[in-house]
Amino acid sequence: MKSLEELKRIKEETLKAMDLRQAKDRGKIVVAMGTCGIAAGAKDTLMAVIDELDKAGVHDVQVVQSGCMGLCDREPTIEVSMKDQPSVIYGDVDDANARRIVREHVQGGQVVAELVIKRGNL
Amino acid sequence: MKKLFSTQIVIPVDSNSVLQGALEVKHLLEETIRTYNLASQVSVVETGALGIYDQGVVLAVFPDDVYYGNVTPSDIQEIVTEHLLKGRVVKRLAIDRSLSSRRMVEKETGKSQQKIVLRNAGLIDPQSIDEYIARDGYAALAKALAMQPGEVIQVLTDSKLQGRGGAGFPTGLKWGMVAKEQSDEKYIVCNADEGEPGTFKDRLILEGDPHSIVEAMAIAGYATGAHIGIVYVRGEYVMSIARLKKAIADATAYGLLGDGILGTGFSFNLEVYRGGGAYVCGEEFALLESIENQRGEPRNKPPFPPQRGLFGKPTVVNNVETFANVPPILLNGSEWFRSFGTPSSAGTKVFSLSGDIVNRGIVEAPMGTTLRELVYDFGGGITGGRHIGFLQTGGSAGTVVSERELDVPLDFSSMKTSNVSLGSGVILVASEDVPLLPFLAEVAHFFWHESCGRCTPCREGTLQVKTILDALVSRTADPAALQRLSRLMNTFTNTSFCGLGQAVPLAFESALRNFPQVFEQALAASHVPEASAESV
Repeated sequence: MKSLEELKRIKEETLKAMDLRQAKDRGKIVVAMGTCGIAAGAKDTLMAVIDELDKAGVHDVQVVQSGCMGLCDREPTIEVSMKDQPSVIYGDVDDANARRIVREHVQGGQVVAELVIKRGNL
Repeated sequence: MKKLFSTQIVIPVDSNSVLQGALEVKHLLEETIRTYNLASQVSVVETGALGIYDQGVVLAVFPDDVYYGNVTPSDIQEIVTEHLLKGRVVKRLAIDRSLSSRRMVEKETGKSQQKIVLRNAGLIDPQSIDEYIARDGYAALAKALAMQPGEVIQVLTDSKLQGRGGAGFPTGLKWGMVAKEQSDEKYIVCNADEGEPGTFKDRLILEGDPHSIVEAMAIAGYATGAHIGIVYVRGEYVMSIARLKKAIADATAYGLLGDGILGTGFSFNLEVYRGGGAYVCGEEFALLESIENQRGEPRNKPPFPPQRGLFGKPTVVNNVETFANVPPILLNGSEWFRSFGTPSSAGTKVFSLSGDIVNRGIVEAPMGTTLRELVYDFGGGITGGRHIGFLQTGGSAGTVVSERELDVPLDFSSMKTSNVSLGSGVILVASEDVPLLPFLAEVAHFFWHESCGRCTPCREGTLQVKTILDALVSRTADPAALQRLSRLMNTFTNTSFCGLGQAVPLAFESALRNFPQVFEQALAASHVPEASAESV
């Protein structure tokens, strides 16, 4: 037997799990997951990005995987494209850097200059 | 480790897609995802139908918002390695989701459309009560239980919700009639005997969002003082029955059905009754007879079901789509509901599009949407770029119209004002290559086959209509055939015992009115065979 409060709790918990089923339009983070990226630790990067977004309660930014973009020596790389802003490619994105990029760039709107490989579309 | 999914793949599993291999595709997809160690990032979710019926097995990938159609097991490897692993859309399988009414209306009007009836279908896992609750499920029941029963009925009355099964009777009025009756027992019955040829909307609701019916029926029980509800589902709807039963069991386990619901004194129990597949059992009294284990035949009216229904007790009988409207109306208010649709008909209608149309399937559109919008905007036009031959609206017991009627707004008043019936929301499109008379003969055969035989006008009349139409098709009609057909139509309208017989003329009368030349040409080309000419 559930009370009204319990129903509300179920609602909030389940909504989080269903959140992925929405199209997200504030921005997109592409994690390069080619062989080189994965060898350099891109899986940890990906999990760090997702985890940091989740912790910050950011639900309208897509996380997408892609192949190698030819920057194998700077892997793991990620590309952050926030809506109406030129996209930024970052290199050497390990767990800590990934979290920093999410905090400073995605949430704070400030590009993390020292990790940037290129600004604008390739 | 906590699972941090970054991608979710939605696969609609309904009775249609199962036949096309949806379960195989789903299992292989899950297996392949595990093979590539993606199980912690990609989740696979089963939902009800999206309303896309001619694209085989469909996969929707979120948050990318990419849809794949006609997916077979041999495509899975490519989808996983290309899309999930490398982020590249498999273009050869991607489909334009233009059937999605949301997209379409956004494009046309610049504002996104509010889905009412199909708010959850294709979005939630229909077998998860938690996901239904997450989408405000059972909040309307909780809200209703905090109101007086009379207040609940008042909200329904003010909303101007009308029955979606075809007749358009005001729902609030019906509930009020049952609430008024003094009786030791009352019943809430859901008519899910979807038998009108060309209709498949109720199945989508039952398979995709069964809890919405469970919740609405409990609300109806509270509002009218009933404690037992029965869903009468046509026997072929195996998956609808299974999902309803699961929904009822889950709701009972959560205390949302049963005794003392949500800590109040209100008790309500639900049962599923499986019908035998007779067209007449969609008629409410025949349906009730069938539940009572009698032969499915209509009863004399009055008294109507709200006075003497199931087992002689006051009974609410509503269509699936009608019930599905109830929870959102209670949550958002009657004014909100009236903001959709036309002055004569509030809310939306779920249309079943079929025939020679590019996007066959289900769409929910506001009342007052025109045939042109349904056929060309939602439906994507006629297949092969051909012209329209004729359209049938409302089902077999509905009107046959021509291109001239394309701009008629469809609602409950369109039958009166423009002779285009809304019925259960069937839009059957026939291209110029489809001959009208054999089609009508087929409709006549259907009625002849499904007439329950209770009254003479329908039992014998449908045989006569069938004979005349067959003669027109084979060009053997006698010169008086059309006059006899018209006279028969009057007999149906004036003397049939139930609504089904009274509705038989709709198709034939409208066809005679809109395509007189087709009938005249057939008659002019007819030669009565020697033998039968003598016998006449």
